[in-house]
Amino acid sequence: MIAEAGLAALWLGAALCALQLIAAGFAVRGQGDLAAIVRPVAVAQAALTALAFGLLILLFVRVDLSVALVFENDHSEKPFLYRFAATWGNHEGSMLMWVAILTVAGAAVALFERKLEERTLLATLGGQAAIGLGFYAFLLFASNPFARLFPVPPEGRGLNPLLQDPGLAFHPPTLYLGYVGLSVAFSFAIGALVTRDVGPVFARAMRPWVLGAWIFLTLGITAGSYWAYYELGWGGWWFWDPVENASLMPWLAATALLHSVTVLATRDGLRAWTLMLAVIAFSMSMVGTFLVRSGILTSVHAFAVDPRRGSFLLALLFIYVGGALALFGARVGTVRAGARFDPVSREAGLVANNLLLSAILGIVLVGTLYPLLVEAATGTKLSVGPPYFDAAAGPLALILVAIMAAGPLLRWRRDNLKPLGRRVAPAAILAVVVMVAVKLAAPAIHILSLLGLALAAGLALASVAPLWKRNLMRTPLFMWGMVVAHLGIAVSLAGMACDSSFTVEKLVAARVGETVAVGPYSITLDAVDPTFGANWQALQATLLARRGDGDTLTLTPQARTYWAPPTETSETAIHTAIDGQLYTVLGKQAADGRWQLRLWWKPFVTLIWAGGALVAIGGALALVGRLWRARRKPAEQWI
Amino acid sequence: MTGPVKWTPLVLFILLGSALTYGLAKPDTTNIRSKMIGASVPSFTLPPAMPGLPGLASSDLATGQPHLVNIFASWCVPCVAEAPQLKMIADAGVPVMGIAVRDRPEALRRFLARNGNPFRAIGADDASQVQMAMGSSGVPESFVVDGKGQILQQVIGPINPEDVAGIVAAVKTAR
Repeated sequence: MIAEAGLAALWLGAALCALQLIAAGFAVRGQGDLAAIVRPVAVAQAALTALAFGLLILLFVRVDLSVALVFENDHSEKPFLYRFAATWGNHEGSMLMWVAILTVAGAAVALFERKLEERTLLATLGGQAAIGLGFYAFLLFASNPFARLFPVPPEGRGLNPLLQDPGLAFHPPTLYLGYVGLSVAFSFAIGALVTRDVGPVFARAMRPWVLGAWIFLTLGITAGSYWAYYELGWGGWWFWDPVENASLMPWLAATALLHSVTVLATRDGLRAWTLMLAVIAFSMSMVGTFLVRSGILTSVHAFAVDPRRGSFLLALLFIYVGGALALFGARVGTVRAGARFDPVSREAGLVANNLLLSAILGIVLVGTLYPLLVEAATGTKLSVGPPYFDAAAGPLALILVAIMAAGPLLRWRRDNLKPLGRRVAPAAILAVVVMVAVKLAAPAIHILSLLGLALAAGLALASVAPLWKRNLMRTPLFMWGMVVAHLGIAVSLAGMACDSSFTVEKLVAARVGETVAVGPYSITLDAVDPTFGANWQALQATLLARRGDGDTLTLTPQARTYWAPPTETSETAIHTAIDGQLYTVLGKQAADGRWQLRLWWKPFVTLIWAGGALVAIGGALALVGRLWRARRKPAEQWI
Repeated sequence: MTGPVKWTPLVLFILLGSALTYGLAKPDTTNIRSKMIGASVPSFTLPPAMPGLPGLASSDLATGQPHLVNIFASWCVPCVAEAPQLKMIADAGVPVMGIAVRDRPEALRRFLARNGNPFRAIGADDASQVQMAMGSSGVPESFVVDGKGQILQQVIGPINPEDVAGIVAAVKTAR
C-alpha cells in the first residue's frame, strides 16, 4: 500500500502542478480570477511530493523487497543510516528527491516572497510549475521509483560499497539543494522577462534565493571533493571528471550571478546580463544532470545508464533552456538599459569578475564536452584530462583572485587609481614578499603554485582590509559574509598550492616489521590481519607512525571486499596533524610476501576544504544579514 | 543588448544541443583509417618517461621485429579501461612500446602500479609532438608497426576485449 500511496501522491502532485501553470498563465495575462489559487496550489503540490519522498524513505528503511527499486539498491544487513541514504543513492530515488526539492523551493517562494511585484511573482511560480511538469513526466513515465516486483525476492542487491559512507547521507542532498535551488533564480528570470520588470527591487528579491542555493552548492562540492579524496584512495582531491565538472559549472555561474545581482540591486546596472546568468546557472544544473544520467561521457562515477532516459532529459533540456533563451532573445530588447558606470569602479571590478568566471565556465564546459565534439567531427575518441584544465583554467583563476583582492576596496560608481593603489598596496607588498620567500625556500616550485601561494597571502590580507578602521560591532553582517567568503578562497587556494607542490609520495613494497620514511614521519608496517564488518571482510594493515620523538600513532588502512554486490575497495587511513595529513593506503600482496603500501605526506591539504567551509559560512552570514536587514527596513534602499 | 547579439545564446545552445543529440545517437564503432597507414613511423627520439624503463626512439621500431605502439597517459580514463587488454597482448608475446603524453614520472608510476605494466619501454612525449606526427589526436591510440617501422594498423580509442585476438594476430603475421 505504501508504494501505491507514494505513486498516487506523485500523480496528484503532477496534476496540481499543471493547474499551477495554467492558473499562473491566466493570472499573468490578467484573465479570469485564478490568481488567488496559485500560492496554495504550489504549497499543496510541495506537500504531496514531500509525502511521496517520505514514503520512499520508509520503503527503504523497512527493506520492502516487493518494490523493484528497493530490491536493486537495498539489503537487510545494511546499517540503518545506509538503508536510509540508499533512498537517494540511485537514479529513480535521486530524481524523486530532485522533484521534491524543486516543489518545496516553489512553495517557499509562494509562502515567503513578499518583495516581488505580484504579477512577476505569479509568472515566477508559473515558470517553476513549467519546470516541475517536465520532471514529473520524467519520473512517472521513465523513472518510476514505486514500481512493484513479483515474485518478491528473498534479499536485496545491496548498495555500491563505495557509497556506504556517512558522506553519502549528506553529500547528494546538499548538492541537489544547490542544483535545484537555482531553479528559483531561473524562474525569477522567466518571470522578469515575461513582465519586463527588472530592477533593484527584483534583484533584492532574487538575491537571497541565489545565495541559499549557492551556499548548498559550495558545501556539496566541498564535501564531494573530500569524499573522493578519502574514499577513492588516489590521494587527489579533484579529478576534472565529468561528474565533478557537472557540479562545478553551476557553481561558477551562480558565483557570477551572485555578484552581478549585487550590481543590479545596488546600482541598477547589468540588467540583461543578470537575467542571462540566472538562466545559465540552472541550465548548467540541467546539463550536468543530463551528462551524468545519460552515460554520454566516460566517468569514474558510475550511474545506471539508460539511453531512453537520456533522450527524455535531452528533450527537457531543449524545451527549458531553448525556451528560456528564446524568451530572452525576444524580450531582452524591451528591458530598459541599466545605469552606466566608470571603468574604475566597484561595478567594473564585478564585471571583470563576471567575465573571468564565465570564461572559466566556458573552459570547463568545452573541456568536458570536447571529447564528444571531436568524436562528432572526426569519429575519434579521446580524453582531455587535467593538463588541459590546469593549463587553461589555472592562469585565469589566478587573475580572478587578483581582481578579487582589489574588488572590495573599490568604490561604487567612480574611483581613482591613485587612492586605490594606496588601498591595495599592503596586500600587493605581502604577496611579493611571500613570493620571494617561497622561491628562496623552494627554488624548484611550479610557477602556478608559487603564484597561488603569493596571491593567497595577498588575498587574505586584502579580504580583511574592508574592515580596517571600521567599528566591528556596527559592521553589517553581510559585509562580514563577504570578508569571510573571500578569506575562504584564500585559505583554499593556499591549501591547493601546498598540496600540489609540497606533497611527498612513497609507493613501497614492505615486509612486516619494515620501516619507511615519508615526509616528517617514519612508518613501520606492524602487522596485516584479516578483519570483518556487517557486510564486508578485509585485510587490515597496522601502521605505526612516529614523527621525531613524538607519540606513536596507529593507522589501519584496509583492503575491503564487500559481498553484496561483490566489490573490492580500499579504505584509506588518514591522520590529520596541525600542518597536514598523513594518508595511507594498503595495496596488494606481492608474490614474495611483501605488501604494497602507498603513503603520502600532504602538508596543509586540509586548508582546501576548510576554505570551502569558510566560503559557505560567509555565504550564510551574508544571507542572514540580508534577510535581517530586509525585515528591519523593508522599504529603504541599502547597499 | 540589441540586434542579432541577443540571439547568440540561443544559437550557441542549439549547437551544444545538437552535439549532445549526436552523442546520444552516435553509432558505437568509430574505427577510421588514418592517413599514416602504410607510412613509416616518423623519426623521433623520446627520453625515458620514468626511471627504470628505457625511452623510445623510432630506430627501436625498425629492428626487424613487429611492435605494438600504445599512446597513452596516466590521466586518461579510457586508458585504465584498456589496461587489462594491453596486458593480455603483452602476455601473448607481443612487444608493447609506450608513448606517455604530457605525463609526470610519479603519476605514471602510480598508474602502472594500479593497472599493471605491459610496456618494454616508455618514451616521454611532453609536448604531444610525436603523438601529432604519428597522426594521433587523442589518447589512447595504438599502432601495429612492422619490423621495418611501417604502420600497418591504427586502433583509435581503448582496445576492447574482442579486439585482442585480431591485434595479436596482426602483429604475429607482420614482418
